[in-house]
Amino acid sequence: MKMIIALIRPECLEAVEEALAKVLDEGDNFRLTIDSVEGRGRDAGDVEYVRGREVRVRTVPKTRITIAVNDAYVEKTIAAIVAGAKDGEVGDGKIFVLPVEDVVRIRTGERGEKAI
Amino acid sequence: MVLLMVPGLALFYGGMVRRKNVLTTMMMSFVAMAVVGVQWVLVGYALSFGQSQGGLIGWDPALLALQGVPHTKLFGDKAIPELVFVMFQGKFAIITPALISGAIAERMRFRSFLAFTLLWTTFVYCPLAHWVWAEGGWLFKLGVLDFAGGTVVHIAAGVSALVLALMVGARRDVEKGHVILPNNLVLTLTGAGLLWFGWFGFNAGSAVAADHPVAGAVAGLAFTTTQSAAAAAGLAWMMVERWHHGKVTSLGLASGIVAGLVAVTPAAGHIHPAAALLLGASASVLCYSAVQLKGRLGFDDSLDAFGVHGVGGIWGALMVGALCFTPVQASLEQVGKQALGVAAAAVFAGLGTFVIAHGLKRIWGLRVSEQQEREGLDLHVHGERGYHFDQV
Repeated sequence: MKMIIALIRPECLEAVEEALAKVLDEGDNFRLTIDSVEGRGRDAGDVEYVRGREVRVRTVPKTRITIAVNDAYVEKTIAAIVAGAKDGEVGDGKIFVLPVEDVVRIRTGERGEKAI
Repeated sequence: MVLLMVPGLALFYGGMVRRKNVLTTMMMSFVAMAVVGVQWVLVGYALSFGQSQGGLIGWDPALLALQGVPHTKLFGDKAIPELVFVMFQGKFAIITPALISGAIAERMRFRSFLAFTLLWTTFVYCPLAHWVWAEGGWLFKLGVLDFAGGTVVHIAAGVSALVLALMVGARRDVEKGHVILPNNLVLTLTGAGLLWFGWFGFNAGSAVAADHPVAGAVAGLAFTTTQSAAAAAGLAWMMVERWHHGKVTSLGLASGIVAGLVAVTPAAGHIHPAAALLLGASASVLCYSAVQLKGRLGFDDSLDAFGVHGVGGIWGALMVGALCFTPVQASLEQVGKQALGVAAAAVFAGLGTFVIAHGLKRIWGLRVSEQQEREGLDLHVHGERGYHFDQV
């Protein structure tokens, strides 16, 4: 079992979700956690104007998606995320794969690969 | 309508500061309604519009707490009850210290600001209002024109704001050169809209002093000039911004509109609509430049209380002399009188602010602690957070 954490451009979320629905067994009912984060990277950051003063904001907003998958689905999931999130420009984001020790479905108490 | 400008100002200012200080900033405007609201009824009206003592201050024991003003009494030769006039003027007294709060946002101690509001209104605003608007006031008798408060409100507030900002000192993050972004421009724009609307009450309503027995034609003129100046100023700021940075910002449009409204305030019932277009546009350019200059000079007038209200008010007050057609024609002599009014207001307000702030600095200090400034005033001063977006 693996936890895949991806930092993607916020505007790519829909495309990533569509791609994931195609490769995961549950179709549209796959489980995903989404949050809004900001961070630094090779992006120069956006320029904003406040009363005529130019301000370069060094941090950039990104969307973080977290999905737990069984080992057989790791490569498919990565490919789907890349397909949805890739623009070809600096700032496309990054994907991390982490090992998962256990998973519990709170409603039924199921554990392990079944619970994912 | 004029009182609506106070929540409008609160929103305008509140949206421009950082999230951790949004409530405190709004409070400084709101609280003026409470503090000055009471002060005005108790002594403020008496000091501003009471029997003139040598043209310098009003006084009339019968006006204390308005006991000597029966609700049926009409104001002078006008068709409005005096209490209506009292309340109308009271709104001006309320918004003036609220304007000052923009300069010291995010770092002034709340209790010091409350005390400052009370003392400043009593010892600076009331005398100044008396000088300019009371029949016995020395500037009024000299023929200085101030239709709706360019001098009494905007110059007084703007100059005092500058002095106070210098005395309180810059925000630590500003000194370090950190980025300070507005937490909610949506609030700021909403506030600007309410200010624009309320300003019609501010300017057109001031015709009550000019027309007999009801505010009629002059109110119509003030309505028109106010709208014209605001619109022209908004356009001008957008154009200057586009030229300067290649972008037209929403904060810029909001600021431009306010600059125009400020500049036309002393002139609303004295100039032609076409002149108002000119006044608004020129004020916008001047205020934009003043705000840029602030950046170069390095003082922290956080929300440009001097840059917009001070500069706009001074320009408007002077230009009245050059553009007026009623009750007198434009002339160099009138410009001279206007300049006297500007100078008197600026010096008096500046000195008064210095003395009051200096005293408060000795008693309570003017700034919050470094930790409070870092963590935010909302939590430390008011025990509240402005937003709990994550809460269900």
